[in-house]
Amino acid sequence: MSERIAVRKTYKLFIGGKFPRSESGRSYPVQNSNVALASRKDVRDAVLAARAAVKGWSGATAYNRGQILYRVAEMLEGRRDQFVGLGVPAAEVDEAIDRWVWYAGWADKLTQVYGNANPVAGPYFNLSAPEPTGVVGVLAPTEPALLGLVSVVAPAIVSGNTVVVLVAEASPLPAITLSEVLATSDLPGGVVNLLTGRPAETAPWLAGHMDVNALDLTGVDDPELAAELERAAAGNLKRVLRPAAGPVDWTADPGVGRMTALLETKTVWHPKGV
Amino acid sequence: MTATTASARSDLSEVGRSEATLRTFLHGLPGVDQVGAEQRAAMLGTRSIKTSAKAWAIDLAIRMVDLTTLEGADTPGKVRALAAKALRPDPADPSCPSVAAVCVYPTMVPVAAAVLWGGTPGPAGPSEDGTGSDGFRAGSGSDNGSVPRLGLLGEPSDGRGPRDGTDRAGGRLALPGPAPASRVHLASVATAFPSGQAPLEVRLADTRAAVAAGADEIDMVINRGAFLSGRYQEVYDEIFAVKAACGNAHLKVILETGELATYDSVRRASWLAMLAGADFIKTSTGKVPVAATLPVTLVMLEAVRDFRDATGRQVGVKPAGGIRTTKDAIKYLVLVNETAGPDWLHPDWFRFGASSLLNDLLMQRTKLSTGVYSGPDYFTLD
Amino acid sequence: MFEYAPAPESRAVVEVKPSYGLFIDGEFVDGEDRNKTVNPASEEVLAEVAWAGPANVDRAVRAARRAYDEVWGPMSGRDRAKYLFRIARIVQERSRELAVLESLDNGKPIRESRDVDLPLVAAHFFYYAGWADKLGHAGYGPDPRPLGVAGQVIPWNFPLLMLAWKIAPALAAGNTVVLKPAETTPLTALLFAEICQQADLPPGVVNIVTGAGETGRALVEHDGIAKVAFTGSTEVGRQIARSVAGTRKKLTLELGGKAANIVFDDAPVDQAVEGIVNGIFFNQGHVCCAGSRLLVQESVYDEVLGSLKRRMARLRVGDPLDKNTDIGAINSAAQLDRIRELSEIGSSEGAERWSPPCELPDRGFWFAPTIFTGVSQAHRIAREEIFGPVLSVLTFRTPAEAVEKANNTPYGLSAGIWTDKGSRILWMADRLRAGVVWANTFNKFDPTSPFGGYKESGYGREGGRQGLEAYLDV
Repeated sequence: MSERIAVRKTYKLFIGGKFPRSESGRSYPVQNSNVALASRKDVRDAVLAARAAVKGWSGATAYNRGQILYRVAEMLEGRRDQFVGLGVPAAEVDEAIDRWVWYAGWADKLTQVYGNANPVAGPYFNLSAPEPTGVVGVLAPTEPALLGLVSVVAPAIVSGNTVVVLVAEASPLPAITLSEVLATSDLPGGVVNLLTGRPAETAPWLAGHMDVNALDLTGVDDPELAAELERAAAGNLKRVLRPAAGPVDWTADPGVGRMTALLETKTVWHPKGV
Repeated sequence: MTATTASARSDLSEVGRSEATLRTFLHGLPGVDQVGAEQRAAMLGTRSIKTSAKAWAIDLAIRMVDLTTLEGADTPGKVRALAAKALRPDPADPSCPSVAAVCVYPTMVPVAAAVLWGGTPGPAGPSEDGTGSDGFRAGSGSDNGSVPRLGLLGEPSDGRGPRDGTDRAGGRLALPGPAPASRVHLASVATAFPSGQAPLEVRLADTRAAVAAGADEIDMVINRGAFLSGRYQEVYDEIFAVKAACGNAHLKVILETGELATYDSVRRASWLAMLAGADFIKTSTGKVPVAATLPVTLVMLEAVRDFRDATGRQVGVKPAGGIRTTKDAIKYLVLVNETAGPDWLHPDWFRFGASSLLNDLLMQRTKLSTGVYSGPDYFTLD
Repeated sequence: MFEYAPAPESRAVVEVKPSYGLFIDGEFVDGEDRNKTVNPASEEVLAEVAWAGPANVDRAVRAARRAYDEVWGPMSGRDRAKYLFRIARIVQERSRELAVLESLDNGKPIRESRDVDLPLVAAHFFYYAGWADKLGHAGYGPDPRPLGVAGQVIPWNFPLLMLAWKIAPALAAGNTVVLKPAETTPLTALLFAEICQQADLPPGVVNIVTGAGETGRALVEHDGIAKVAFTGSTEVGRQIARSVAGTRKKLTLELGGKAANIVFDDAPVDQAVEGIVNGIFFNQGHVCCAGSRLLVQESVYDEVLGSLKRRMARLRVGDPLDKNTDIGAINSAAQLDRIRELSEIGSSEGAERWSPPCELPDRGFWFAPTIFTGVSQAHRIAREEIFGPVLSVLTFRTPAEAVEKANNTPYGLSAGIWTDKGSRILWMADRLRAGVVWANTFNKFDPTSPFGGYKESGYGREGGRQGLEAYLDV
């Protein structure tokens, strides 16, 4: 019996819920696959897709967002072996699945925990509630390829933000496979956009983009590049999440900082009268 | 609101035609936000009125007082004293102006008339044909039963004539009686004051009797029960009928705002009264716990301002009850000045229903002229 | 006519000294330069004030660091609270003095400094005082730590109130501060320094370095600070964001705005008109959250405009110390130039300009309350922050159009909604991209209520529980 010829996968970008090649037509080899090499125009398209998705995703009920994040965990569980096949340690895949579950539960609690009624000194109803900041640019960490990526994407989108993620150059395959998970999880197109390639090339475009509201620099190892990107982000006063000062333990309790850093507080006043 | 077009007037003249049109109109008035209205009134209460402005304001306030006694225990003696005081609030100072009016129960009208006008008919007089000769604003349509509910609007020129003979032409100076006496009007409450709970015929008779006895101003109360249960037509018709019964006498319509509960209701009741022919809208009888307040008066001043914009007819405002100090009175004058505007800063268009206020005004007036604080022993107690 | 006689607040309640030093390490010291501060209502010189150079700033930061390490950091929250309560009380006791000085130096009406600024200053210290020993309950973990020395730069529009917004939460959280007031309004900050002395606040916990932009830059760029808090223009905010890039300094920014004040046809119209007036003419329009774009539903445009003009004609412009003044002086010649320039651009772009008849004093910096009608979204006066008593009036037809126009700006600090329909308020509030949404009210502030912007209006919140986050290592 002759050996079956495998059908290989073409590793493409994930923009607006679709899987396009880079508009530049470029690719680069990773583990014997040709991975799309995103260009600044792919960044532009991804930001457009992310912006278009903000209204629907941030306007969805928290319950709905929570269920979709949980659905991601379900789909990831089903493709567990695929990630292991890409070289992701099984324990990391498990941790990544559990992280989705953890964040899924936050969707309908953030407002309760981080919003509050304010007892102003006057006859007013006054309520502060967190809201998503909008489109978030994310530079994902190189390692751990899957858990690191999930750990920066999930806290951004759980509150209703949409993201454009620049996947680390050296470890794109789990990211692309994750996008296949996302695409089958009822997550609306454009909420998560993943660009493979060279972040050093595309990140300045993302950092300087005037329609991006926040920038997560977690995956930037080079302090000079991080400073440069932060300066570019100042152009429209993006909220900036700096790289950690030291090594990050991605298996530790993630805390709430990544979620709250990408929230706005909106306070609404109304008189109380008859 | 600023439009004074003929179409706007004719539109409003149709409003009283039916329950449905009244309801639609009154419920279409802009709402009043309680907190915002109260803050505006409070802010105006911080105006600091000093020196020459204060002296001017005190004299104006005295001229705006409806010196009032409405007690079951009122006697002719008490009313005579009150009327005398109305004429000469400060016997020691001839420069002190008279008040606007005395306000009494119907039975006391002849007593007050005798003091104010020396027994001759008052300026309005019990006029049979409804055509007073003294330039009163009132009266248009009030005797014309064939055109009910239509004639009260859109006649601004004779509706807005000056009343105060002391400083305007065509006033009281031509009338009999001593000159100072001619300045003071005689107001009577009527219509089963203060509850208004009597059959309409009784209330109308009450009104006619008060006018016949010499009152040239009638203070009536609206039927709050009917208003609050949404029977606007009923309230309208009653005001309309009382207005007709007034003849040439001026009609002040008491909304009893303390029982209306919300500023939205105050605004609606103000418009309802004006549409039905009120010459004045007045806050209170003084017989319920909550009387005049600055924010209520603010809302009523907005109503008369907007009503004039819409119809061309000017209506006066009278806060009554609870205004006891000069400081309070000046806050009201500031409110008038910055809400309805200077056109209302005249006894024809703004009154204080008060009794003890007058003595405080007199004390403050004396303080300004003498430079020392006065005391209650130096002013008459009534 | 009812002419209000002059009712001036007494200047005698405050002693304005001929000259002031910097407040460093508990003492007043000379700076590297001196400059004059003037009364914008008369152009009279009020005092000479020291300007801090880099060496002064360095000294102040080192004093603050020492105080942080040796005194304020180790001190219990309970004791920090007592100092802050003490400051709140002294501010209340000396409030008239502070209010008069604020109006003298800033040009704002005494009615506002007396009835708005000063009560809020005291309330802010009172509020954050209570947090000092309860930080573990603020939602930032069981034992959140302070950051260190906070460098704070504040604007001239609410000099003492912005000082309170900066210093109270910083100290409550356990930080020490070096604060730079605006160069045109240093005096109340320096009087506040005296209050710190009167409260026996340990030296170095609060340091005040007066000066202009260069002083601010020296402070923001100093290596010894762990935190930068800035309130001011978006342009300077951008520069500061660039300058702290690549450092570990925590940054919060409260910047410009171009708020939409949206009036629907079912609004409580008299209160809406008050809200419009308060929204744009409060504090001469020198308010980052001013309702500078009026969006009126077309069906009530004539009515609202008529009422607004009538109301504007009652505004009393003049002597800030007169208790009956509604609109005081523009804070500086430079700001007046900017307001004039943008207003002229408004006219030249085709918008129709209107002001009520209004006599302005001969001396000092004055600008009559002004509205522009016929403004479109493309006009510069509809896009740029004027920071003066100038209102741009636009119209809309549907709620969705109102939201779209309101959000069509790089700013996102505040917004106003006027309608009697509750569900519409909540629908609108959900969609407006602004940090503070005032419904059927405007320009209300409270220490318990977080304040701060979306987008280019900055980040971080001041006030409320959220206001602590800016000064904690979280």
